[in-house]
Amino acid sequence: MKGMAFSSWTSWLMALGFIVFVAMVVLSIRRNQGIRRTLFAFPYGLWIVLFTLIPLLLIGYYAFTDRAGAFTLDNFKMFWDSNYEMNKQLAEMGLDPAALGLARGNVNVDTLIYSLWMAFLCTLICLLLGYPAALFMADRHFRLGSTLVVLFIIPMWMNFLLRTIAWMSLLEDNGLINTFLASLGLPRMQLMYNSQAVLLGMVYNYLPFMVFPIFNALNKQDQRLSEAAMDLGANAAKTFIRVTMPLSLPGVISGITMVFMPSVTTFFIPRVLGGGNTEMFGDLIERTFLSADNWNVGSALSLIMMVLILMSLSLLRKVDPEGEGGSMI
Amino acid sequence: MSKLVRRGYLVLVLLFLYVPIIVLILQSFNAGISRAKWEGFSLRWYAELFKSPSIMNALYVTVTIALLAALISTVLGTLAAIGIHALRRRPQAIMMTMTNIPMTMPDIVTGISLMLLFIFTQVPRGYFTMLLAHVTFNIPYVILSVMPKLKQMNRYSYEAALDLGATPGYALRHVILPAVMPGVITGALLSFTLSLDDFTISYFTTSPLVQNLSTLIYSEARKGIKPTMNALSALMFIALLVLLLAVNRRVTATDNTKNGGKS
Amino acid sequence: MQERPRLISLEKVYKEYDGTAVLSDINLYIRKNEFVTLLGPSGCGKTTTLRIIGGFETPTSGRLLFDGQDITHLPPYRRRVNTVFQKYALFPHLNVFENIAFGLKVAKRPGDEIRARVEKMLELVNLREYGKRSVDSLSGGQQQRIAIARALINEPEVLLLDEPLAALDLKLRQEMQLELKRMQKSLGITFIYVTHDQEEALTMSDIIVVMKDGLIQQIGTPRDVYDEPKTAYVANFIGQSNIIRGNMVHDELVHFCGADFPCVDKGFGSDAPVDVLIRPEDLQIVGISEGKLTGIVRSVLFKGVHFEMMIESSGMLFKVHSTVMQPEGSSVGLDVIPFNIHIMKPTLNEEAVDREEPEAEDIDR
Repeated sequence: MKGMAFSSWTSWLMALGFIVFVAMVVLSIRRNQGIRRTLFAFPYGLWIVLFTLIPLLLIGYYAFTDRAGAFTLDNFKMFWDSNYEMNKQLAEMGLDPAALGLARGNVNVDTLIYSLWMAFLCTLICLLLGYPAALFMADRHFRLGSTLVVLFIIPMWMNFLLRTIAWMSLLEDNGLINTFLASLGLPRMQLMYNSQAVLLGMVYNYLPFMVFPIFNALNKQDQRLSEAAMDLGANAAKTFIRVTMPLSLPGVISGITMVFMPSVTTFFIPRVLGGGNTEMFGDLIERTFLSADNWNVGSALSLIMMVLILMSLSLLRKVDPEGEGGSMI
Repeated sequence: MSKLVRRGYLVLVLLFLYVPIIVLILQSFNAGISRAKWEGFSLRWYAELFKSPSIMNALYVTVTIALLAALISTVLGTLAAIGIHALRRRPQAIMMTMTNIPMTMPDIVTGISLMLLFIFTQVPRGYFTMLLAHVTFNIPYVILSVMPKLKQMNRYSYEAALDLGATPGYALRHVILPAVMPGVITGALLSFTLSLDDFTISYFTTSPLVQNLSTLIYSEARKGIKPTMNALSALMFIALLVLLLAVNRRVTATDNTKNGGKS
Repeated sequence: MQERPRLISLEKVYKEYDGTAVLSDINLYIRKNEFVTLLGPSGCGKTTTLRIIGGFETPTSGRLLFDGQDITHLPPYRRRVNTVFQKYALFPHLNVFENIAFGLKVAKRPGDEIRARVEKMLELVNLREYGKRSVDSLSGGQQQRIAIARALINEPEVLLLDEPLAALDLKLRQEMQLELKRMQKSLGITFIYVTHDQEEALTMSDIIVVMKDGLIQQIGTPRDVYDEPKTAYVANFIGQSNIIRGNMVHDELVHFCGADFPCVDKGFGSDAPVDVLIRPEDLQIVGISEGKLTGIVRSVLFKGVHFEMMIESSGMLFKVHSTVMQPEGSSVGLDVIPFNIHIMKPTLNEEAVDREEPEAEDIDR
């Protein structure tokens, strides 16, 4: 677990990179080519190795080692059975885990399934809410459309923690909605600290990520295509189903990606709006790292999540191989 | 009729997005501390805001890190984009995949992996590590903003400049940079706003002693956020709105090409 | 005709990308004031050759000499060569004047000199009042002229032109061909011109270099290349042609399609396989019993000046151009005079050349 001092290997690597860089510059000048443009990518390449690749390798390293640094798969077994470690200790003490030990603890797996389910619901709701919105705004006869789409981005400039907390003021027992209900003489409702509140917070935060790419895909569509469809006898509904919608699919895919990914890993929203009642995978990872101080299991959990995300991404890529759905930027 | 339904729908969806923000801003003008009861208009929280050392400190950290991170990542990212663009197909594909890794990585994993790096290399977490982390997640966005502009450029523009006697440095400054400028500006703005708003990655890469606004809000969330924070974010929201509108006007004025940076 | 000095020489220039050769030991020299065209289909290496001369590519091996000096590794900005790029590559952020002035600005010439020389250039390309315009507002033909003016302002000894007319429509292209030729003559500089359009090459060039798969197929004047193609490939690429497998009986007598034809070529040996080239306009349609061959007209197309007929004879389809139409299905005789029979060494690889194919951008990056 002990790292070498920063002054040793990181600076060695940086120095080495710098020397290689200088050598390449000198070489290309000597060869009378001027500084090659490709060399401009070099500092970035070094940066990526230092701050993306090596950190990722560290996660891999911790995921497959125990606290002493020896290779082990226990961290993944812990994911499957949260009581694994305890039972293992029982066995080491010479006790029979089958008789005395705990049954399989499925907290971690359940949390993962719950997170995936929540993310799925969030993505679905965002799609159902967002697609019509994007469609209406992309309508050629609606001049305000492209101005309106900016209104979907502006809320994101407000700190997202504060925006989520603002929902608390609306939903809590003494919040605005309940105050309003009470003033009408209606009973108060339990709006916070449940899955629905968390879902609401997630949809609220990620909806713009769905609307924007779909709007882009629809907006850049050649109007003549739908005209051609109408010309060939399709009515408005058929034109939409046969032409407009299939062509907007890349945008939908990109929207799904951009909502699903952060949804699975979301943390904070469940904590604020779900109270302690709901935990999602992001919270689990954070808690494992910082509260339980178990980097090895935490890394294994991160790795599992990354693999899941990469798998779903490559699945989506198959639908949209060009990746031309466009993104937020 | 159908037109009315459509517009009505859009208004409802936008209302959903804006209600919390309106509530948040209203609270900042509320004389009382209650989150649900209106006790009269007051600028009290705005005045208190400037007297709170923790908020002022967090504001300083947030803004300076956003500025520095935007600056560094824009320089590195623009150079990188130019370099990557000039690469042959295979290494280009490798570099672009590497660029996509941090973008497909969940924030929490990025944050944790960097945290592990800093602990492993015994770099004390704080301002500097947060800055490094912010630059790391910003660079890909800069590259992805600049790259389309490079691709739009005529392939031979750079060579034409060399052909006419310009050294590579001159060609870079006078031919490539002007052509990709709208993308560079988009990238810088994107970096700045991403940095300003980041919570997850900052949370893992800083110490409790160096807080930005997000981590400060997080640590205070349990105790209940004071309306001062609302006042601050309302001010920042307005400032950002003005800044982006101004820049957007300039970019659209200078950038006549059909595809702006925001695609 | 006096020998003009050699200005540019390529010596055994070899270039490969990722292990694939795109130029295989090219040897080529270009004399002063020549209009040389590199002609060939997409991917034949003509653009790569041009880019090596311009300094944008370095050959894997071999040398490039300019006025006797080795400039193989000299960067483009130190070469006395300028280029008119494919699709012009005008700088979009600069106006017409600034585009043309670019080379002078780089060389830090004084302001009034720049102004005077740019004005002169604008005049040369007939765009006098256009200095303040943005380049996007110009038509393709005008952009083309600006690109030429921009390249000429540095007074290069050699102007390289990479498919400069490819983006223009037919009429404009023909006008520009004449204008380019006129400019080259009046400026007295060397033009090296890359195209895949054989007509362009025939119209403008002093010398045509026909290339294929990184190899030079033939170097010669337009007449040489058209009348005396060295290979079936060249014959096919330049002009339309009927190429028939034949057998050289002995000097000045060739056998094909079941008949012996007297011809004027010799030196191919006796009883040796050869390729026989007959241009469509050289095949004469005669009475059914008067020709050496008989055939049936399979199709007739009206082409304006002449009719193009496909005539089937001895299992072959001959393309024949004639001002007299023969109805489809009629039987005719075919003949050709000895002078119009051209004998070539047989090519081993016989791939069809599709001339209609528009040139895609060349492979190089």
